Amino acid sequence: MGNVPHTVKHCLSYEQLIQDYPRLKRWLLEEKTNTGHEYPEFVKIVEVGPRDGLQNEKEIVPTGVKIQLIDMLSGTGLAVIEATSFVSSKWVPQMADHTDVLRGIQRAPHVRYPVLTPNMQGFQDAVAAGATEVAVFGSASETFSKKNINCSIDESMLRFEEVINTAKEKQIPVRGYVSCALGCPHEGYIQPSKVSEVAKRLYELGCYEISLGDTIGVGTPGSMLKMLQSVMKEVPTNALAMGVCVVDSAVAGLGGCPYAQGSSGNVSTEDVLYMLHGMGIETGVNLAKVIEAGDFICNALRRETNSKVAKARGRTL
Amino acid sequence: MSRTIMAAVMRLVNRSSLSSAMGQKYVAFSSTAKVKAAGLRAGQGLPEKVKIVEVGPRDGLQNEKTMVPTETKINLIDMLSASGLPVIEATSFVSPKWVPQMADQVEVMKGINRKPGVSYPVLTPNLKGFQAAIKAGASEIAIFGAASELFSKKNINCSVDESLQRFDEVMKAAKDAGIPVRGYVSCVLGCPYEGMVAPEKVAHVAKRLYSMGCYEISLGDTIGVGTPGSMTKMLEAVSREVPVNALAVHCHDTYGQALANILVALQMGISVVDSSVAGLGGCPYAQGASGNVATEDVVYMLHGLGIQTGVDLSKLIDAGAFICRTLNRKTNSKVAQATCKL
Repeated sequence: MGNVPHTVKHCLSYEQLIQDYPRLKRWLLEEKTNTGHEYPEFVKIVEVGPRDGLQNEKEIVPTGVKIQLIDMLSGTGLAVIEATSFVSSKWVPQMADHTDVLRGIQRAPHVRYPVLTPNMQGFQDAVAAGATEVAVFGSASETFSKKNINCSIDESMLRFEEVINTAKEKQIPVRGYVSCALGCPHEGYIQPSKVSEVAKRLYELGCYEISLGDTIGVGTPGSMLKMLQSVMKEVPTNALAMGVCVVDSAVAGLGGCPYAQGSSGNVSTEDVLYMLHGMGIETGVNLAKVIEAGDFICNALRRETNSKVAKARGRTL
Repeated sequence: MSRTIMAAVMRLVNRSSLSSAMGQKYVAFSSTAKVKAAGLRAGQGLPEKVKIVEVGPRDGLQNEKTMVPTETKINLIDMLSASGLPVIEATSFVSPKWVPQMADQVEVMKGINRKPGVSYPVLTPNLKGFQAAIKAGASEIAIFGAASELFSKKNINCSVDESLQRFDEVMKAAKDAGIPVRGYVSCVLGCPYEGMVAPEKVAHVAKRLYSMGCYEISLGDTIGVGTPGSMTKMLEAVSREVPVNALAVHCHDTYGQALANILVALQMGISVVDSSVAGLGGCPYAQGASGNVATEDVVYMLHGLGIQTGVDLSKLIDAGAFICRTLNRKTNSKVAQATCKL
């Protein structure tokens, strides 16, 4: 090994090293598989089925069923379960029972149950119902913002600022969501810089974590990469969800797509878990129990699961 | 070379040669260390072009419950030819006693409109099948071997080595006739009977097929259990024995892992991907489960990555819609399901 210092002195590139020492390549490949530096060791799954999932299902589910679903999910090892949304029942009838749901669930220790609070009214109702974590939703697309919540991105940020400041006073953590991160049903392609701008604002307002949402699922690995590169310049990596070490998903892939008739929506928690566990990444979640929770809700909704893993385990309706 | 010196060398090389494109804590030490910040393929070492091998008419239809009339098969293949696919697996010259869905092999072969520049390989399990295929006008054939001994015994009643020996005469006949042969390896990431399959075993079978004369080896995750980690390990083992440009991946989406597995395969230098229009073909080992990955979804991902395929996605979707209507089933392609057109 006497010639190593010589190599190190004159070779500054990997290619040069491989050229001079072709046998190195095999060693280096082995080193890579052994240390596995490319992926995180642990991924936190944020389960959005009971809120994002059920909100986008055609059938409205009784309060008792929602509570049971959340209780089943609480027993799987999931650390974060989005429970409900304190939005006006006029707009989202599926979430009209928000107070009853939040009061009815059995809160497992070490599990958090964030709820959506689009404005001060919702925030106050949430706190009155016992919420200990809230979430706000911003959009990377102006048109989507106007069509969805009837105001511009800037105006929505003002609303959120109010919520976040009040939450800070009460020491309630706030999670921020950015929708249309990889495309908008109205505007089409969304500039990564716009996504990072919105993510940065939410982070600076005080959100502890920003979840970047590919709302209509049009993104591909390339556009995902570009968007993340842009956002990572503005928001610390450990405060980002989706693609780094925090992933949102929905049990049984609940939730269709309101912008594409008949299409699927959320990725299935079961399928994400299968992949992560297969890659040796820890999640703390029991896949079999999540499959059971998925079976339960699909039976209640009288629909087939969207999860390939659940289908493969022979549990279709 | 001792491990500590190796580690020191690696750290030095890492710092100097790799840009912090991702701002990650760990700099990924990939075999394509030139990380380019710009471009959709963004330094992941992805190929510029990917050849799609369409297996719907054979692998797909063979594993569907409903039998499809000859005319429909011919129509499907013609529509697929028109979509720009470069390779379309047309049929299988296996005894109709075993695979009744492929009983009309000769009519299909003779009935299709062969588009110039497009290959129409057919499966030939033995010399008899090979001869029938040539007589029907085949100009490319395919043979297969399993990476799992138990799978081989249960499926075709002999060991892996014995199965490859049986193909010797087919290979010789193909060589004499100047017919290219594609090789398939099944169970590369897991076996329904054996469970885990050693990457070295896959490499061994792939190498055998390659040295027997197959121009390309398609590595099949037959029961779709693989994940990006096991795919990477398997490809590392195989690419030590067979040049990567002679390799293809055939991923099943039984556990929703296909696109992720295909992506890592592309990152490792693979540029040939097998898929099935509308995700035709279930899984005989998991009741009600899905099987092949949908060609539409693969093409969507590749085009989104800036990778050329030569395929017209909308024509492909049309072909998928046609066959699903005829089979009276829903498509397995997410792209086809989504009507939102961006």
